[in-house]
Amino acid sequence: MVAGRKVGVLALQGGVARHVQALADLGAEPVPVRTPEDLALVDALVVPGGESTTITKLLNSSGLAEPLAERLADGLGTFGTCAGMIVLADGVLDGRSDQSSLAAVDIDVRRNAFGRQRDSFEADLDVAGLDGGPFPGVFIRAPVVERAGAGVEVLARVEGRPVLVREGAVLVSAFHPELTSDRRLHRLFLEEVA
Amino acid sequence: MSESPSSGPVTPATSPETGTLRVKRGLAEMLTGGVIMDVVDPAQARVAEDAGAVAVMALERVPSDIRAQGGVARMSDPEMIEGIKAAVTIPVMAKARIGHFVEAQVLEALEVDYVDESEVLTPADEAHHIDKWRFTVPFVCGATDLGEALRRISEGAALIRSKGEAGTGNVVEAVRHLRAITGDIRRITQADSAEVYEWAKRLRAPIGLAQELADTGRLPVPLFCAGGLATPADAALAMQLGAEAVFVGSGIFKSDNPPVRAKAIVEATTHFRDPHIVAKVSRGLGAPMAGLEIDGLATRLADRGW
Repeated sequence: MVAGRKVGVLALQGGVARHVQALADLGAEPVPVRTPEDLALVDALVVPGGESTTITKLLNSSGLAEPLAERLADGLGTFGTCAGMIVLADGVLDGRSDQSSLAAVDIDVRRNAFGRQRDSFEADLDVAGLDGGPFPGVFIRAPVVERAGAGVEVLARVEGRPVLVREGAVLVSAFHPELTSDRRLHRLFLEEVA
Repeated sequence: MSESPSSGPVTPATSPETGTLRVKRGLAEMLTGGVIMDVVDPAQARVAEDAGAVAVMALERVPSDIRAQGGVARMSDPEMIEGIKAAVTIPVMAKARIGHFVEAQVLEALEVDYVDESEVLTPADEAHHIDKWRFTVPFVCGATDLGEALRRISEGAALIRSKGEAGTGNVVEAVRHLRAITGDIRRITQADSAEVYEWAKRLRAPIGLAQELADTGRLPVPLFCAGGLATPADAALAMQLGAEAVFVGSGIFKSDNPPVRAKAIVEATTHFRDPHIVAKVSRGLGAPMAGLEIDGLATRLADRGW
């Protein structure tokens, strides 16, 4: 059931607007989340791309870090893209020494794994179980999954490296589905993951 | 076939493809809601990252020093840019002179993440801007009005910043330019199809971009604000006026307490609609940079650009 469902988009910093549009396109009611009060209103959450160091700091200063960790522990359906993948990961490689993450999914990720902006790229991805042909992957200073725990399902890879994985109610991608008009991953998140 | 400057649907790549319109504009979209800070050395870059900056702009002198010291302002020393790249994990931008495509080539070779073709440096060409379509690295350019913004987009800019008046600590020009751009965007959406041609002529902008703007009501690239922001309230003002992120130059490292002011500006940019939070973070920051009256300036940087 998607129609009218309140789905939060963490709106501390980053590519919020395109996720809001994607969720609205599918009939959900997107809610920008900047405070613990906003978080209490939603029954699923998107953590967008942006700068993971900035988002992590703002999670702490806004008082969201603790309530978000509690909601995640309770099984909040969550979709993290790019920086969102980093923020939700268990371990972060090539991050700042003080960079903490929420450990909502049992993976270690490497930041900027494909290089700097000059190496940012688009590539068509084969996604396990997704009908309708390859998915357009937009990778911007993208991370990659370096270690995935036993309970983690790898749904897509680039050069053999996992870039889309799922564990329980959490889906994370190293790329940006919101920057395309293809809504299949947002639909998968709303209908099957969350 | 080369990429068309006027946008439209972007065809997904069938094999890994770099330097596409989508990845260039995409990085700008990932910086939205954030603060990009001018830094002149690795120590300042670390302060900026610690404060929560989404990117740093590496340059040899902040605009207020360029103003005070005079002389020709050029691209920074590659060694300095390399030092800043090594010091932080966030994106690093650097400035090239208007029209100086070789400085831009050098910055691309140094693998900076964004090139700012900037009026803060002394222009190298008084008729031509850089043909930015020829590069893999994305470009940001300044604009004082909608026509200038569309001309820069037609040349391949993936991000526009309103110019303001850099190095003054005075927000008045930033407000003027931001209002000029967003006001005309609102007006052009009211134009009928015949009037859009007249708009394009008046703006000295390609008709395709004018038509797209009239249809969508928004620029095809993000719009950030720069030039004269010095306080958390300045940042929140720019955001409420329609900027999607802010550049802060001299305003941080020419103030009394850069680490605290930088963090406060980051939080005010996130919570720009909440005056209680802006009030809270504005307390006890020490003195802001002194600031200059626009009428007393010997050089108006914003006049550079054609």
